[in-house]
Amino acid sequence: MPLLEIKNLHVEIDGKKILNGLDLVVNKGEVQAIMGPNGSGKSTLAHVLAGKAEYEVTEGEVLLDGENVLEMQPDERAAKGVFLAFQYPIEIPGVATMTFLRTALNAQRKKRGEAELTTPDFMKRVREQAGKLAINMDMLRRGVNVGFSGGEKKRNEILQMALLEPRLAVLDETDSGLDIDALKIVADGVNRLRSPERGFVVITHYQRLLDYIVPDIVHVLSKGRIVKTGGKELAHELEASGYAQFQEAAVAAE
Amino acid sequence: MAELTLMKNTAEQQLAAEWQAAKGKLPGAAPMRAAAFERFSAVGLPHRRIEEWKYTDLRALMRDAKPLAIPPDAAAKARAKEAGALLADIGSRRLVFVDGAFAPELSDLTKLETGLAIRPMAQALAGSDALATKHLGKVFATDDVAVALNTAFMGDGVVIHVAAGAAVERPIHLVFAASGDKPAALFTRSLIVIEKGARAMIVESHEGTEGRDYQSNTALELKVADDAHVDHIKITREGDKALHVSSLMADVGAHARFNTFVFNIGGAVARNQLFLRFSGEGTVANIRGASLLKGRQHADTTLVMDHAVANCQSREVFKTVLDDESRGIFQGKIIVRPHAQKTDAKMASHALLLSEDAEADNKPELEIYADDVQCGHGATAGDLDEDLLFYLKARGIPHAEAEALLIQAFVGEAIEGIEHAGLREALIEAVAAWLKARG
Repeated sequence: MPLLEIKNLHVEIDGKKILNGLDLVVNKGEVQAIMGPNGSGKSTLAHVLAGKAEYEVTEGEVLLDGENVLEMQPDERAAKGVFLAFQYPIEIPGVATMTFLRTALNAQRKKRGEAELTTPDFMKRVREQAGKLAINMDMLRRGVNVGFSGGEKKRNEILQMALLEPRLAVLDETDSGLDIDALKIVADGVNRLRSPERGFVVITHYQRLLDYIVPDIVHVLSKGRIVKTGGKELAHELEASGYAQFQEAAVAAE
Repeated sequence: MAELTLMKNTAEQQLAAEWQAAKGKLPGAAPMRAAAFERFSAVGLPHRRIEEWKYTDLRALMRDAKPLAIPPDAAAKARAKEAGALLADIGSRRLVFVDGAFAPELSDLTKLETGLAIRPMAQALAGSDALATKHLGKVFATDDVAVALNTAFMGDGVVIHVAAGAAVERPIHLVFAASGDKPAALFTRSLIVIEKGARAMIVESHEGTEGRDYQSNTALELKVADDAHVDHIKITREGDKALHVSSLMADVGAHARFNTFVFNIGGAVARNQLFLRFSGEGTVANIRGASLLKGRQHADTTLVMDHAVANCQSREVFKTVLDDESRGIFQGKIIVRPHAQKTDAKMASHALLLSEDAEADNKPELEIYADDVQCGHGATAGDLDEDLLFYLKARGIPHAEAEALLIQAFVGEAIEGIEHAGLREALIEAVAAWLKARG
């Protein structure tokens, strides 16, 4: 059974159609990249998978391990193993990052019928993962993402992913706003989490990120559906030729 | 235009009858009481056409006036032992008032720190105490009617004196327990004088029996001399049928530090009035508060911060969380007098609405008569941010828990400023308990 199966997904926001019959299958152990121009529906796909309420699914199915997730609340999806690394991680003043991480981890464990982590256990995990991402513990005592630079926010997303150990990780333009050093730290963090049991959907506008997180499959998204699928070389092709040809193809197919 | 005289309503008639019956028996200060009652008589209970009481129409909210509380019985005293438990861990000196009367057997008057003097207000009034004679009714002159009523009927309370240079490290906890079970009116009045360079921390808890129909009018006059450092915290968690009106009148001298926090979590109707004045230069004050309201609770915080002299700084931060059909009011007025140059005052009041049926009223006012000042205010009212909620939920945190985290963060911004760690934690706990009860 595939880890993620999206069938004929149609999504609207405020009556505007964004996704128009998107199909996608991600198996365990795979990293699939979704590339596309601005407005093609990349971020919409990411948010729909995580369960954002404003997006209305008008048709289609999203199955995780064969189970329909569209009826689930965002927190239930997270407990089932869906993780979205946000393009714009939000600042939450007054909620210490440490409190947030612990609350999230224990809420997921509780929902899965697992015991809550003890404080020393939790601290050990945080220290270990934060160290790998060059995040110092002082940052974690501050409000979530408050006063963090763009790069720190993205690293904080990867830290959350490392602690929550999702089954399906969706990375929404994780490369945006990162310089090359930060990009490497983030990519290394993702690569460490690659495993035969876990799948990734890496959404990006540029091929650059895919030099560091090398995908198994690359899709091109245009006008709300996948218009081309290929191997990692497709990313390089796009870098050379741009998206214009696919936009025309999508129009022709309508 | 001829002055209109309102028909006296039931509560006003009952107050007049109470006055006739009680005036000969109340302890001391007869001329002062008589003048105060006359003030009340002339204007009656404050109502919505009085600007300061626009949102808290006491005339409408007070259907009747309760009889003056009788001395508490053993059961009321027994219940009072539990009052103020929220602050059990801060190692404070407890002074307990049961239905408005000082209860020495429940209070700790042993090993008073050097420079600290404490006596019951009733005793001070009856014995024409020098400190009371000098300051009572004079710390912050106001013609506010709630204060006038308090002055007319004031029964017991406390008179505290902290001598110059004395550092009273142990918090003094005034526990006002309305722990009786019959309808009653309580009028408590306290006077605290902190002399030059002294340090003190005053905590007030106001609690009462759930379901009991009572009215509490409490007032505290606080005189803070030059170079003193005073923290004041008032926690109101009266019973669910209670009407609570409180007035803090403070005058703060030069180069002093003054912090006050009003935490409001109980009572059917609560009106917290703060009348504060800087009378010496170079003073810094933090004035904060938080109200957590549910059901049909009505809470009004009305602040007057009078920058009467130059070079003082004040920061006002008030947070209100409103659930169900509750109503929260914040009226904050900063006055900067003509000579109060270099005043630095910033006021913020924020309301978080958890229900479509809740109502928040925000009325910030700046009255600035000096030209070289930095003053500002910000007021907001809104519901929880959907994007923040989504972020938390996307990480696996259930909706109710995500809301609780955000509400705690919202209130926390005001509470974090409390310097005393034990008190800060106690209030954070109280917020958590409130959220837990909300479900």
